[in-house]
Amino acid sequence: MTTSAPRPDLRSRPPRRTTADGTRPRPPRDTGRHVLLATVSVLWLVPLLWAVYTSLRSYGDTAQHGYFSLPHSFGLGNFTDAWTQSGMPHFFLNSVLITVPAVLGTLLFSAAVAFFVTRFDFRLNLALLMLFTAGNLLPAQVLITPLYRLYLLIPLPPGMSDSLLLYDSAWGIIAIHIAYQCGFCTFVLSNYMKTIPKEISEAALVDGAQVWRQFFQIILPLCRPAFAALATLESIWIYNDFFWPLTLIETGDKRPITSALANLQGQYFTNPNLIAAGALMTAIPTLLVYFALQRQFVSGLTIGSGKG
Amino acid sequence: MSSTPSTPSTPPTSLTSSTSSNPSTSPPSASPAAPPPPAASPAAVAGPAPRSRPSRLGRGDRLFLAAVIGLPLAALLVFVWLPALASAALSFTTWDGIDLSDIHWTGVENYTQILTNYPPFWPAVRHNVVWLLFTALLPTPFGVFLAYHLDQKIRFTRVYQTAIFLPMVLSLAVVGLIWEIIYNPDTGLLNSLLGAVGTGHHVDWLGDSDLNLWAVLVASGWRHTGYIMILYLAGLKSFDPALKEAAALDGANGRQTFFRVILPALKPVNVIIVVVTVMESLRAFDIVYVLGGGTGSKPGMELLSLLITDNIIGESGHIGYGSALAVVLLLVSLAAIGAFLVQTFRKEDR
Repeated sequence: MTTSAPRPDLRSRPPRRTTADGTRPRPPRDTGRHVLLATVSVLWLVPLLWAVYTSLRSYGDTAQHGYFSLPHSFGLGNFTDAWTQSGMPHFFLNSVLITVPAVLGTLLFSAAVAFFVTRFDFRLNLALLMLFTAGNLLPAQVLITPLYRLYLLIPLPPGMSDSLLLYDSAWGIIAIHIAYQCGFCTFVLSNYMKTIPKEISEAALVDGAQVWRQFFQIILPLCRPAFAALATLESIWIYNDFFWPLTLIETGDKRPITSALANLQGQYFTNPNLIAAGALMTAIPTLLVYFALQRQFVSGLTIGSGKG
Repeated sequence: MSSTPSTPSTPPTSLTSSTSSNPSTSPPSASPAAPPPPAASPAAVAGPAPRSRPSRLGRGDRLFLAAVIGLPLAALLVFVWLPALASAALSFTTWDGIDLSDIHWTGVENYTQILTNYPPFWPAVRHNVVWLLFTALLPTPFGVFLAYHLDQKIRFTRVYQTAIFLPMVLSLAVVGLIWEIIYNPDTGLLNSLLGAVGTGHHVDWLGDSDLNLWAVLVASGWRHTGYIMILYLAGLKSFDPALKEAAALDGANGRQTFFRVILPALKPVNVIIVVVTVMESLRAFDIVYVLGGGTGSKPGMELLSLLITDNIIGESGHIGYGSALAVVLLLVSLAAIGAFLVQTFRKEDR
């Protein structure tokens, strides 16, 4: 990635000849390319825009004129209805209470493992890294049967969960997210930490710095860019997760918003306008994060895909 | 696709070679045992350590290191690998899922049962294969195709990229609902469009068991294309432009350059997208669950992942069946995981 940055100038220099009016004649192929990419982009946005369009119309309007018609009224009524009638604030709070600790825990744990395998190579480096990475690639359904039973066996103190079990509690969801997502983040972070010169920690050791200070005060701050990318990516993934709460949380009220959506679907089956509004509201946090931190999101995804 | 069958045969050799060559990476941390270690006084009590490395670490340091690796490893083993192995073990038993003492060993009984006497099994296998073939033949190459065009130094690439990648940011549950609104037989966009054109057919896209899998695949492909596009674009950006120049000088056209020069040179990325495609096809769950009405598998849309959850969530749960199905899924995914590990960790050899 870094080496390719200066080169485009070299490549595109020959055809870049400015005409009298200062515009550059573009090769005709580019027009076709723009038509293709613009068409695909618009097509790709249609489903989302249709949901937006549907959600902004009142049920009465669509019932009378059909969904494929010009709007007679536009408003946010469906959004306020979904927000108030189906307890969305409560489910959003559940999502935050699961996502934030799960992301922080995942980053801390995976930074710890990456620190260990890259700085204190005890001949297990590669084996550990593969164990963690492979764990993340296992389909969740392979784990679910025993995990479900395991959660029924692990007790929690009354203050932590009213089910008194890891089953049917947010802690259980946080735990499986951390254990499962650790593999991916460890992989990315270890690739990142490898680029930090060994001399830095050697020097710290010689200066008598203890290992924990090395970790928290030297290595972690240096990994900030990788943390930014991973935090963005993991927040979206964990927030978007549907499967673990669906299977490991029995009480509908304790589920995060993404899983609770399925209930909304059942409850308002006959009102697509409301379902569209609910689905879009659920998507808003991820869309905001995506638009604000697109670079981090994409770089996290691509360094994790084996290029690192 | 063509590279997966060949890769699973490589893991043994390349894994052993990588572990054996691993010590070659450790000397940097091992060699500086010689410099005067000021913090080593308590560690010296530990005496003649078998390896010289840890000796310069104090007790606190070692405790810290033990925690640093121990806690995440414990979490991984308890919550991920233990259940995965337990799935394999439970697949040879019969259990009602309530009392641990009620587990009875039955050998391969569950496997013979699901193969011969469990009606949804073969449809599910067929659907998973269809899912994989569809995804490998349409959205994946299309994503590569888009990535290729986005890489051509044209304007607005970021706008196009943002739009096409957008569905990937949405949860599969939301994607399911968005397409539900399109496919709805009475109120959906698709039937309204068809009605407006004049073909007054009332198609039940998600109810008709001959159609619904394809309807779901379109929704899933909508999301998958952007994913592949982004992954491939990153690969293309890292591609050495000099090679393209050389090909152009030799008189190769765009298509020839892509197929003869770029594609072979991007083998690592190719393996990654093959693995991603296989894994996504095996893991497919959320979107089918939501589009199937949120009640488990539905005729025409059975998938292995859904049958597994059918067998643990439902009242008529059959743990042995669920586990045997999980093992089938596990074996197929291990092949893909092996290919991924070999590809990504091979560079450690160098």
